[in-house]
Amino acid sequence: MRYLPHTDEDIRNMFDAIGVKDFEELFITVPESCRYDKEMALPDPKTEWGLNKYMAEIRTMMKVTPEHTVLLGAGRYQHNIPSTIPSIMGRSELLTAYTPYQPEMAQGTLQGLFEYQTLTARLLGVDVANASMYDGASALAEALLMGLRIGKKKKRVAMSAAIHPHFREVVRTYFHPTEFEIVELPFLENGRTDFSSLSGEDDFAAVALQSPNFFGVVEEMEAAAEAIHQAGALFVAGFSEPLAFGLLKNPGDEGADIVCGEGQSFGMPESFGGPGLGMFGCKKKYVRNLPGRLVGETTDLDGNRGYVLTLATREQHIRREKATSNICSNQGICTLTAAMYMASLGGTGLRKLARLNYDRSEYLKQGLEEAGASVCFSSPTFNEFVVEFKDDFRPVQKRLMEQKIVAGLDLAKYYPGFDNRYLFCVTETASKEVLDTVISEVKK
Amino acid sequence: MKNGPGRSGLIMDEPLLWEKGKKGRNGMSIPESDVPAAALADELCGEGPDFPDLSEVEVVRHYTRLSQWNFGVDTGMYPLGSCTMKYNPKINEKHAGAEEITSAHPLLDDEYCQGTLRIIYELQNFLAEITGLDAVSVQPAAGAHGELAGMLIFDAYHQNKGKKRSKILMPDTAHGTNPASAALCGYKPVPIKSGERGILDVEQIRELMDEETAGIMITNPNTLGLFEENIREIAEIVHEKGGLVYGDGANMNAIMGIVDLKKCGVDVLHLNLHKTFSTPHGGGGPGAGPVCVVEELKKFLPSPRVDFDGSTYKQVEDTASIGRMHGFHGNYGVLVRAFCYILTMGAEYLEKASQYAVLNASYVKVKLKDHLHLAYDRPCMHEAVFSDKNQQENNVSTLDIAKRLMDCGYHPPTIYFPLVVPGAIMIEPTETESLEELDTFIEVVKKIVKEAETDPDLLHNSPSRFKVKRLDETQAARNPCLCG
Amino acid sequence: MKEVHELNLPEDVRYTKDHEWAKLTGDTIKIGISDYAQDQMGDIVFVEMPDVGDTFEEGDEFGTLESVKAVSELYIPVGGEVVAINEELEDTPELLNQDPYGGWIVEIKPKDTQEIEQLFDRDAYLGVLKDE
Repeated sequence: MRYLPHTDEDIRNMFDAIGVKDFEELFITVPESCRYDKEMALPDPKTEWGLNKYMAEIRTMMKVTPEHTVLLGAGRYQHNIPSTIPSIMGRSELLTAYTPYQPEMAQGTLQGLFEYQTLTARLLGVDVANASMYDGASALAEALLMGLRIGKKKKRVAMSAAIHPHFREVVRTYFHPTEFEIVELPFLENGRTDFSSLSGEDDFAAVALQSPNFFGVVEEMEAAAEAIHQAGALFVAGFSEPLAFGLLKNPGDEGADIVCGEGQSFGMPESFGGPGLGMFGCKKKYVRNLPGRLVGETTDLDGNRGYVLTLATREQHIRREKATSNICSNQGICTLTAAMYMASLGGTGLRKLARLNYDRSEYLKQGLEEAGASVCFSSPTFNEFVVEFKDDFRPVQKRLMEQKIVAGLDLAKYYPGFDNRYLFCVTETASKEVLDTVISEVKK
Repeated sequence: MKNGPGRSGLIMDEPLLWEKGKKGRNGMSIPESDVPAAALADELCGEGPDFPDLSEVEVVRHYTRLSQWNFGVDTGMYPLGSCTMKYNPKINEKHAGAEEITSAHPLLDDEYCQGTLRIIYELQNFLAEITGLDAVSVQPAAGAHGELAGMLIFDAYHQNKGKKRSKILMPDTAHGTNPASAALCGYKPVPIKSGERGILDVEQIRELMDEETAGIMITNPNTLGLFEENIREIAEIVHEKGGLVYGDGANMNAIMGIVDLKKCGVDVLHLNLHKTFSTPHGGGGPGAGPVCVVEELKKFLPSPRVDFDGSTYKQVEDTASIGRMHGFHGNYGVLVRAFCYILTMGAEYLEKASQYAVLNASYVKVKLKDHLHLAYDRPCMHEAVFSDKNQQENNVSTLDIAKRLMDCGYHPPTIYFPLVVPGAIMIEPTETESLEELDTFIEVVKKIVKEAETDPDLLHNSPSRFKVKRLDETQAARNPCLCG
Repeated sequence: MKEVHELNLPEDVRYTKDHEWAKLTGDTIKIGISDYAQDQMGDIVFVEMPDVGDTFEEGDEFGTLESVKAVSELYIPVGGEVVAINEELEDTPELLNQDPYGGWIVEIKPKDTQEIEQLFDRDAYLGVLKDE
């Protein structure tokens, strides 16, 4: 077995050195009653070539292939990934390192994380960003819990019904055993969150919105910030497509106190939903309540610049049950990947790419409208939008699938009354030709 | 006397990203627009972030240089206790990165993604078989996330029985994630002191377990590297009072094919795929923390899970489920790697991996116990915990020993954990280190122990062969600079 | 770490088993940590303090001290209302290391100034330290 270097002779020599005669004696402290008393029923060990064959067979079971253009979105986005990213992020010095507990031998990871924190803070308009959470959904749950820590005696939070339904489900899972109450804010006919019910309230610790929201609709963030702050609550701004902030105003500038969302768009493939990363930042005054790891700049004995994990007293390994979160492992290499993607695009590239995404999605939106579909929400959108078809869309969807286009996410199972309403997502990977095909199939 | 592999290498300087580049450069191709520019209201538009513009070469050199300041398992031995830094097979990367897998959108209807669902289904079964438990959810994204799922299952179980419980028993050797995860579910940890032999004392559990207590969290083997021999009796006491037993599977690498967790009385267990199942840790993540349970608790597992009816794989949700823990299926790419690892190892080599992991740790323990103070001189499992007790008279600490090891070419062991051993040095060699590698490491530690007597300043001034010397962590925490 | 005889333990303050000191001046009491506590903690990097106006019963937690890798809770030795906090500690927590008796943390108006008499004097505190 190529991963296990011991020869029989090595094993004998080691037994002798330890003073045991066999493995049985090595496991002498494991009582008989705890023993695994049969062979584990697993497939026989495979050679590398046998594994390749097995995996190749599994891959053929995928009906949606890499050749398909996927117009689904909803928290997972098909974007181009330059080959520099998997190539460099696959370097084993970065990939096979553990958490940088020994900073002198992990300056690569640490500087990379510090750069990620900085670029993320600039992107989101916050003072501080942490070194990642698991994903956008768990980040939202953690953001609301953080709001409750800051809000001390307050027991309620509110979140918009236009936040990704899975993100809201995760929040409910996290909150279920707690004493905290979650209120859901409805959305208006224009697809934006209705925060009118906040007026006169003063016991919400935090209120969460997503922008662009699940329908792709850009929320009125400044008005939301005002209403939320008026109610004495913290404004948690979520997102699932960070590319939007290449073009749109960032949530921090618009008044958000805590910003969190999914960062998969930045250099990671869809990969059936993971790994991506939860991007998470806040205003400086809340930094001691921030969950997750933080990297800080410092100097070494000679006065040279270097990086370390810092403010660790917030974390579970020191503060245990009083920690700001139970998180330990984060998304590590995905965090560096996101930074490398942001660096590859640069400020100029990010804007150009965001604009292209916007223009292409507007092109499809308009095309579908002309083809007879109606756009459900009148507010401006980014990358994603919802349309309603007069006739059953499923036959059209099937025809498009045959042309290697995955068109639209059926929203009926997410929102009552959304029959025949579909969420479309358009990114730079969808060519005009593909979009024209969709439009003409709808027209037929 | 052998020297470690540590030498000084060529270290390139490399500034921060924004200290490089020029406006107008770019590092990746962007398609030209082939559609008309759409209208966008000015009031929605921002300036765009202040990012540096870099060319492709600048970006590539930047990260290549960063990588050269790092140490990974591929660089050398990484005996970081409790972290199971075994070799990460390259073939697993290839399969996780296969385009058919990476291009799969998580919201495809089941019929279009049978391949990715099959991997989840088979992995659920493999992990159930390896642990001896009955059902698995692979959704949790890391060990601590798996622990939280486990605690939510505890809560769901007790609420389902009609009564929420308020406390949980927590050994003092537990990882910090255990009390933090329990606290998220409102459980107040009741600390249990480890007994004289470094393992849990049954009488103490009998005394503390009551009907207000949801159960116990046990890491087995524990963080001292010792098998909790009384686990069955402890489980019986906890079960008698209506509680549940949580197993922290962080140290599963010692017991695959050797211990049946169900027979131990464990009801819920999480695994760390980035430890036991060889997936790379990426400088902090992503991990994966599947949660495994006995039949009675299956209905509470996070949803969706994947089921198979003999012809089709499908996503299923149980109404009693604690719900979703993650936006989609967890860190799926990590699951694919672990799946490949299990297929490569099969039952035979997984068991051997555990045997060799224990063999290697026992060997290091025996060879070093006359040089470093051994916290508990008892048969160890996959790791052994020493301390700096013998070096204190020379004013040399665990930290100094760790830093000197770095100069000699090794990643240091886990230090100052578990907390019950002051100045702890926790060594977990893993099964993928050869005898020669272990022997060299042992010789180097002995050399450092000598140096601690003859030249303590050599240790105090270590490391010296890296890009930076010891870093001022106090300054970093007093005046946090978290953003450039 | 310092030996017991190396510790600076002034006569004019009272001490607690949690290694805090309290000093009555007029009708208010200043509270800080002893030389022993700062020495054990090592470099203090952050002090979490209550707000002025907060009230505490004797034994309540009123804040925390943080070093790089440890957190310890502060317990109020005498019940009362916080009338001042040492704002200097926000930017220079190292004051507690440099001058533990000059570097007070909070000033309280006690419900009962006599309560301070219950705390250890220097000799009694030395006894506590020798047992540690």
